[in-house]
Amino acid sequence: MTKIPVTLTHNGAERAAFADPGQNLLDFIRRGLGDLSPKYGCGQGSCGACTVTIDGETRLACLTLAETVEGCDVRTAAGLGQGATLDPLQQAFMDHFAAQCGYCTPGMLVSARALLDRNPNPTREEVVEAISGNLCRCTGYDPIIDAILSLAGRKASA
Amino acid sequence: MSDRRSDRNGFEMRKDLFADERDDDLNEIGKRIRRQDIEGHVTGRSPFYDDHLFDGLLHIRCVRSPHHHARIRRIDTSEADRMEGVVRIVTGRDVPVNLNTLLSLLDFGLDDEPLLSEGKVAYRGEPVAAVIARTEAQARAATRTVRVDWEVLPHVLDVEEALKPGAPTVNETYPGNAFVYHGKYDHQKLRYGDVDRALAEADHVIEGRYQMSPIEQAPIETCGAIAAQEQNGRYVCYTGTQALFFSLGTASKLLELPSSRLHFIGGTVGGGFGGKVDSIHEPLAILGTMLTGQPCKSQWDREEEMQVGAPRGAERWYLTDGVMNDGRIVARKFTGYFDSGAYTRLTSYAVIKCAGHLPGPYTIPNVHADVYCVYTNRTPATAMRGFGITGVDFAIEAHMDKVAETVGLHPVELRILNAYRDGDMKAHRRLAKNCALVECCQVAAQKAGLRLSPDMLAASSKTGGGGPRAELPAHTATDQNGLVEGFSSGSYARKGGAPASPAIVATLPPGASAPASRPAAPAPEPKDPAPRPDAPRADTSPPARKPARSGAMRFSSLSGFRRR
Repeated sequence: MTKIPVTLTHNGAERAAFADPGQNLLDFIRRGLGDLSPKYGCGQGSCGACTVTIDGETRLACLTLAETVEGCDVRTAAGLGQGATLDPLQQAFMDHFAAQCGYCTPGMLVSARALLDRNPNPTREEVVEAISGNLCRCTGYDPIIDAILSLAGRKASA
Repeated sequence: MSDRRSDRNGFEMRKDLFADERDDDLNEIGKRIRRQDIEGHVTGRSPFYDDHLFDGLLHIRCVRSPHHHARIRRIDTSEADRMEGVVRIVTGRDVPVNLNTLLSLLDFGLDDEPLLSEGKVAYRGEPVAAVIARTEAQARAATRTVRVDWEVLPHVLDVEEALKPGAPTVNETYPGNAFVYHGKYDHQKLRYGDVDRALAEADHVIEGRYQMSPIEQAPIETCGAIAAQEQNGRYVCYTGTQALFFSLGTASKLLELPSSRLHFIGGTVGGGFGGKVDSIHEPLAILGTMLTGQPCKSQWDREEEMQVGAPRGAERWYLTDGVMNDGRIVARKFTGYFDSGAYTRLTSYAVIKCAGHLPGPYTIPNVHADVYCVYTNRTPATAMRGFGITGVDFAIEAHMDKVAETVGLHPVELRILNAYRDGDMKAHRRLAKNCALVECCQVAAQKAGLRLSPDMLAASSKTGGGGPRAELPAHTATDQNGLVEGFSSGSYARKGGAPASPAIVATLPPGASAPASRPAAPAPEPKDPAPRPDAPRADTSPPARKPARSGAMRFSSLSGFRRR
């Protein structure tokens, strides 16, 4: 099988790895780059557990071919925060009990961060819309929405 | 009231209720608490089973039955063997002990389910072979080339149809399509008082039929496990199981390996809700590793999670209430059918749990229930959030509304009138304590703006109970309907002897004089403060077998049995 070299920016770092033809971005990020924060929940674009941003846009990694991110800026939940300092959004999720099993959380955080970056002062409706592609089966959505809304009006993170 | 506290979500602490029973030392309530594992969750570092990377990981995909019920004439894997990336194809012959029941470790039923089926399949999606390949896509492609020669059999998908004479036998371990309780009956009995007499004397007899669909747990993380060899002759297994020691014991049994050679690592589960107790992936992944010498992963995709992942089973209920004009319920009769699907898994236990819950949170002096664990050619059912209880509660509470309408009471008043009070005897022969339904109804009525009568407002769970209401019925009508032969009660662990062909031998017509027997409900333990009934009981049989151990094993004594 011919491998395809893929060079990209992953959470701010220049990375290169080989992808298999037809390999999806989720598998590539997890096995190729070793970033295990995006999760497999359905493999069919229904659950949002694999949500990442590609050049600032939220995308479902399970429906994206790995070879198509050549030269792109790919970000995942593992790239939130700076070293030991959490992103305020991560802190808000902790403070608001916005995770139970934690499996949807990385995808949820990526969607929420993307919302706050483009709209630092969202309404509740806009928050609901922004995470409408991320399914949570445990906590119910209210604590998650409350966590995101608690940052509304605050300066977007760098 | 001054000691009510509301938060902004409308959650209210009603500290005025039961104030004298509480010392308010629950220091965490009302405070913001941080989960101990939440930092891992928000950083994406919580280690779910699939977050363990292994070089050379192989992927397992199952070949599944497209039929509800079919005999397997032949499995031809020759084409699949030659497919790119295929390392090994596994069938039932490769499984050291290819028959198990999930609760066998609790002495709760006979082995009835293979890991990979050999002789026949009894539900759509039942696995008959597993392909192990280098990539998931290769494994998936190879499963499509496995040729199975099926002999399609007639199937049955409805619980009541399955119990009719002539219905196809779904599960050969239980030829009558019903789990056998106490080695004796094709259903779990609850007998308390004399329902038929009370129904005859009641002002109203109100009937209802209710049913619930299966419910899939639908965790966001699908079920799965990864196994690998350790350097010390052991196998390590990373798993999403909710029941690590179930899964360990099940793998040990199916693979004929001492559990000391199995190193199970779990604890981080991406949502379970009951659906991750069935312990299917762990033995399969370890078997794959034993056969290939390489790390193996077994993981359902979303479609499998929904289609073959065991749901909460469907239930169907028939309720008959005898009610007086003033709203007192004097009799309640249940016939319930739990759809276990093709195999037992946890439904035998769900039925026991259910029978202990009847007739709901109401003091009713005459209760009768026949609850069946039925085999059909549907996906096996398993645990799911209150299984055994929540389904019948829907039936009971829908029926309560119907009763209220018939006697002209508000549904809340009917519930207050009939609710357990402290000290009341329950149908499973335990005294009710710490009751709170009356108070819950009063608060709910207040919130809903419903004006209750002064009597209803003055009612309390702490008064009006006990006394004559604490006594067992003077007479409990018993019967031996649904007696089954060919099974014997006793410890599964001591199972032995040649298997027989069990059959339902007797279904006595109502009113026929049945040999005296104990009711199947658990007998009161000596420490039970319940007074003994004054009237002699129609009970001459020897006392129920005493379980060898207490605690969890007590349940097993209710249905532990063996085939003769």
